[in-house]
Amino acid sequence: MRVLTAALFGVIFGLGLLISGMLDPDKVLGFLDVAGAWNPQLAFVMGGAILAAFPAFLIARRRTTTLLGEPLKLPDRWPLDRRLVIGSALFGAGWGLAGVCPGPAIVLLGLAGAPAWIFAGAMLAGLLVARTLAPARAGGGDN
Amino acid sequence: MHPFLQSLIGGGLIGLASAGLLLTNGRIAGISGILSNAAALRPGLWRWAFLAGLVSVGVAAAWLRHPAPPALAASGTPLLIAAGLLVGVGTQLGNGCTSGHGVCGLSNLSARSLTATAIFMAVAGLTVFVTRHGGGLLAMVRP
Repeated sequence: MRVLTAALFGVIFGLGLLISGMLDPDKVLGFLDVAGAWNPQLAFVMGGAILAAFPAFLIARRRTTTLLGEPLKLPDRWPLDRRLVIGSALFGAGWGLAGVCPGPAIVLLGLAGAPAWIFAGAMLAGLLVARTLAPARAGGGDN
Repeated sequence: MHPFLQSLIGGGLIGLASAGLLLTNGRIAGISGILSNAAALRPGLWRWAFLAGLVSVGVAAAWLRHPAPPALAASGTPLLIAAGLLVGVGTQLGNGCTSGHGVCGLSNLSARSLTATAIFMAVAGLTVFVTRHGGGLLAMVRP
């Protein structure tokens, strides 16, 4: 059941990325180009996503198990640390260079051929190298 | 349909999928974390199912003759590799990307995610500024 729901929500998530325009680096870079011909379109993606997800987090905070009986524990809100700051800055640099973040990178594997596989391969290498050289303190959830 | 509305709806689907994964599987729909833990072979077939769901949208879009975004190939291999490595290392260190921090973390009212999102947005914007308008700055310094 967990596998089926995960697949279903993977498809819905991917459709959302496709419909919203997040798969197009031109739009992403146009959104990030505040000093140039700024395209505000993608601000609506995060707005719509938070609007839909926020109530679920309110519900989740009052529960210890999910609707399927799985354990439910939300990620820690604190503390801020150097690792978070440095990592987010490096991610921002990479996102600003190519206009692709991890979700779209995975969907594009099915749509964009070789360039998508090159980007995703490098991204995976980066993930695994950082994971090996600088393991997280705790278990390291999915975030 | 107006592009802003389309992005809002697409974003809504992303948020809906994140809400669904949280309330059924008790998991955060953070793509970098799911990918990293799947690649490190942590137990949990659901991660592969979710990723397969994402890829299947790309495959279906290609099958329906949806064009691949031309900007991806236009980046060129060296830039795609550099950007991919930065995104991979950065999201692993920072424990999340646009989905994990930007959508789920903000919906969770997390200070960590607010900090991460502010930093990766700012650095991505700065990166685009330098790559798109930096030439003009250089010309002013060194005419």
